[in-house]
Amino acid sequence: MTTVAEMPAGFADKVLAAQSTFRSVMDAMARPGTVQRIQAVSGVPAPMMRGAAAIALTLFDQDTPVWLDTRLAATMDVAKWIKFHTSAPVIADPAVCAFAVVADPAALPSFEHFAFGSGEYPDRSTTIILQVAGLTEGPAYELRGPGIDGATILRAAIGVPDLLDRLALNASLFPRGIDLVLVSGESIVALPRTTRLVAKEG
Amino acid sequence: MNAPTYNFAYLDEQTKRMIRRAILKAIAIPGYQVPFASREMPMPYGWGTGGVQVTAAILGPVDKLKVIDQGSDDTTNAISIRKFFEKTAGVAVTTSTGEATVIQTRHRIPEATLQAHQVLVYQVPIPEPLRFLEPRETETRRMHALGEYGLIHVKLYEDIARFGHIATAYAYPVKVNARYVMDPSPTPKFDNPKMNNSAALQLFGAGREKRIYAIPPYTSVVSLDFEDHPFEPYKHKACCALCNAEDSYLDEIVTDNKGSRMFVCSDTDYCETRQSDGHRGSENAAPYAESANA
Repeated sequence: MTTVAEMPAGFADKVLAAQSTFRSVMDAMARPGTVQRIQAVSGVPAPMMRGAAAIALTLFDQDTPVWLDTRLAATMDVAKWIKFHTSAPVIADPAVCAFAVVADPAALPSFEHFAFGSGEYPDRSTTIILQVAGLTEGPAYELRGPGIDGATILRAAIGVPDLLDRLALNASLFPRGIDLVLVSGESIVALPRTTRLVAKEG
Repeated sequence: MNAPTYNFAYLDEQTKRMIRRAILKAIAIPGYQVPFASREMPMPYGWGTGGVQVTAAILGPVDKLKVIDQGSDDTTNAISIRKFFEKTAGVAVTTSTGEATVIQTRHRIPEATLQAHQVLVYQVPIPEPLRFLEPRETETRRMHALGEYGLIHVKLYEDIARFGHIATAYAYPVKVNARYVMDPSPTPKFDNPKMNNSAALQLFGAGREKRIYAIPPYTSVVSLDFEDHPFEPYKHKACCALCNAEDSYLDEIVTDNKGSRMFVCSDTDYCETRQSDGHRGSENAAPYAESANA
């Protein structure tokens, strides 16, 4: 049981760290497949990654219900850290969360457990922050869609079973859908709902 | 100096988080208008409060800001917004399109092609392209949800029936990523092709109407038209009297009360850059014969 005094710190410089983290996330979202770096330094509650912690400090607040996967919810440390630094409610029902933080990609619940938004309000949907093993090595995917000049290749060890099937389902729901932010250490890659993935040989 | 101390870029952090989340969803759903809790800004609605809030949410100390109003860096609106961010964020400002990383604009897109490291922020008065056809928000929202855009084609058709051509000259509706019909803000339709497949991210902020929307880079933006009446960007049939540019959007300046007028580039930075490169126009304000169709 950690006390508040033992809890990992938030951003040292809240304003500018949040700004630089947001610009990295915005660039990642605007240019799917490109690897962006999180520069900001903050304390990190295990087993959260540095990038995921910085995104939490940048985007979470009392208006954004947050859902944590089983691995992150195993100890109370992550939930307590998020509540203390961001005031975001940590909730048990993923269907109404604005953000889901997932540390175990192999156990990612299927997308229909999260919020897709409605036809009238497709923005009321879950953004999943997915901690993955790597964003430079691993299976190659070819990405197309808005933000990409033609096609681009992403090599990433994402580790979600039947990822392509899930993303194909997500694509078919457009404009409703889930947006993904992949995090590995301090590197991030975004896969908004408009990005189309196919597996690439080699 | 006893001026109050503001947070970096004026807005408080909670407001920035809310705007930032809206921007991310706007990028994920190109052309869709994301509602956001627009704040009162220390300037009246219509002066770019939406654009200012978007700029404040993305701006960082390393950014270089350019603000234009109808293409011009030196009108009241552009100068006061530039000063606002100089004062509240201490950012570097510039009038050069090439040097800027964030460009806030009222009703023009710069002539110089934008690059991948740049963000263009539009000030938007009425974000809903269907608003003058259907005043009810509940209905327009449903029409967007269903992709039901017959009404706007009827509007363009009525232009043709009355004038023989599509007479909409600004705020010309576009379809983004083959899904959402979007109002490009009151830019002249001359600028519409620049939005298509742009390397730069384009963000739109409407303060009074409380909407944010976006066009990601390399996204298709198609101006609505008909097979037999294809979209045509309009431009005065003249070249700039100061820099002789033939490819820029021109403002018409009336120079006396005898109908004399001259045409000059609306984009002041483009015009000044060309002049410093040695291009000279006629500087002529001779009476100009009206030509109906350019």
